[in-house]
Amino acid sequence: MGEPADGNGATAEAMVDVRSVSRTFHRGRTPVPVLKELSLRMEKGEFLALMGPSGSGKSTLLNLVAGLDRPTGGEVIVGGSPIHRLSERKLAAWRARNIGFVFQFSNLLGALSAERNVAVPLLLTAFSSRERRRRVDIALEIVGLSERGKHRPRELSGGEQQRVGIARALVNDPMLLVCDEPTGDLDRATSAEILDLLVALNRDHGKTILMVTHDPVAAERASRTLHLEDGRLAECGHDGTVVVPVHEPAGAAV
Amino acid sequence: MSTFTLISAALRRKKTRTFLTFSSVVFAFLIFGVLSMLQTAFSMGVDIANEDRLVVRHRVSLFQLLPQSYEADMEEIPGVVDAMHFTWFGGVYQDPANFFMQSPVEPAEYLDMYPEVSVPEAAKLRWIETRNGAIAGRALVERFGWEVGDRIPLQPTIWQQEGRGDEAWEFELVGIYESDVEGFDETQFLFRYDFFDEARSFGRGQIGWFAVRVSDPDRAPQVAAAIDDTFRNSAAETKSESEGAFAAGFANQVGNLGLIVTSILAAVFFTILLVAGNTMAQSVRERVGEIGLLKALGFTAARVQRLVLMESVALVTTAGFLGMVLAVGLERVLRPALAAYFPGLFLRPEDLLLGLGLAVVTGLVVGIFPARRAMRLETAMALRRL
Repeated sequence: MGEPADGNGATAEAMVDVRSVSRTFHRGRTPVPVLKELSLRMEKGEFLALMGPSGSGKSTLLNLVAGLDRPTGGEVIVGGSPIHRLSERKLAAWRARNIGFVFQFSNLLGALSAERNVAVPLLLTAFSSRERRRRVDIALEIVGLSERGKHRPRELSGGEQQRVGIARALVNDPMLLVCDEPTGDLDRATSAEILDLLVALNRDHGKTILMVTHDPVAAERASRTLHLEDGRLAECGHDGTVVVPVHEPAGAAV
Repeated sequence: MSTFTLISAALRRKKTRTFLTFSSVVFAFLIFGVLSMLQTAFSMGVDIANEDRLVVRHRVSLFQLLPQSYEADMEEIPGVVDAMHFTWFGGVYQDPANFFMQSPVEPAEYLDMYPEVSVPEAAKLRWIETRNGAIAGRALVERFGWEVGDRIPLQPTIWQQEGRGDEAWEFELVGIYESDVEGFDETQFLFRYDFFDEARSFGRGQIGWFAVRVSDPDRAPQVAAAIDDTFRNSAAETKSESEGAFAAGFANQVGNLGLIVTSILAAVFFTILLVAGNTMAQSVRERVGEIGLLKALGFTAARVQRLVLMESVALVTTAGFLGMVLAVGLERVLRPALAAYFPGLFLRPEDLLLGLGLAVVTGLVVGIFPARRAMRLETAMALRRL
């Protein structure tokens, strides 16, 4: 566990510093505010689970932190970079270097082998083919699939496919892993394996992880859990009860 | 692992659909190649027409006769270097289906007028010595398996021999002509005019049309007008035109081939645009989530656009190239087999290049709209389709 969960008293070590962020969508001409002046702080090396009912804005917040979306207001600083100010092109390059994505469905390219799927993000780098090869081997080794690299996705189990997805997220050695319901499509036993892997990545490899989940069992494995509801964040105990209201009006730190 | 691996993966995603689209494009370009060959065959006379030669025929039609004496008159007209004449003979060799062009000519004049025709010296002498001697083009000789020295009977359909009724004309093959000019007609059968004129039962001193060489190709239209003026208000008025215009008119008796071929090709390529365009559009629609994933991983919108465009170009261009290669292969088979019927049946290098260029352009056109759609996809929205 690290520093307090949120607030604006960011230190230099903060991996994620979301400051008074708002995100409003439009349904026709009607504005639909999803996030309202929300603040969140994540330290380097933290494994944070984000829970909340459907439509609460979990994925919207995740997208903002991962540089997939832009806030309507406020600031999003990740790894010291104010990513809300970056152009589309620079934001894409930033994502390629700094963010590893794990999705609910691994969404591997069916025509490519596991190792080629893992190598896709490396197409955006200037690494030599030898270096690419080395990184793919390491990523597959970390997820325990060194022997399955030549297999096509259809020849792998659901859990193995998700591991390949995680290896793809790791191959560029990103500073932040964002996981959107990584166990949502898996059975209980396979979910546990994937969560073990994420915990190991956090504990042994120092990866900072932000995970959105509906599953309290999955959230239990994180070092900290935040609950998002009605645009407000609250810190939860491991029994799922909200123990500390963490959202205050802009400018106020807890 | 390269960008091409991704393109290849996208194309292999729905193998059957890709195969069907690929095959339709291959077939379209094969049709393009074959139609180009046919057009070349029919217009060959136009393409290889000599700029310094005119054709002078009866003003009414090619089949009305002109006095042979016009030749001397024409050679007096300023700008005319030389003139010689042909006459449509229209004989039948064994079977009416064995059609080929036959004409009496004056050997020396013919060979002077057509320097692109090559006949062995010995054959030339033999032709001049032999009254019923004839020469034939290489393709014609090979078609019927003739050899020099053979007697060739031609059953008359127009020109009967004096006092012999329907009896066949008999010619002796004294030589074979060839030409280095690509597509030159090597299917003609040419025999001596003096023999023909003396033996025919009617129309002595009358010929079909003249070939006229002018001294300055730039002044050919004026010379043609001067020739027609010379014979205006005579019993047999003339119509003079360039050899190219004459050949085009002859080819267009079948119809406006250029227009027909262009119309068919336009229909074929329009269909291909729809077929391949639909494939690409469908492919992008199905891959919205995948495209969102690539964007999330850091692929820029421009890069995603390029990927889809390259996919389309790779599909259509590869298929187009294969279609053109098949057309070349077909040409290798058809050209010798049909040389006696279509002497100009071949795929010109410019048509080959045009086909390859069309393949690239079609690939770009087909891919541009799906590529733009892929480029504009919002990453966060697209990821919801995962």
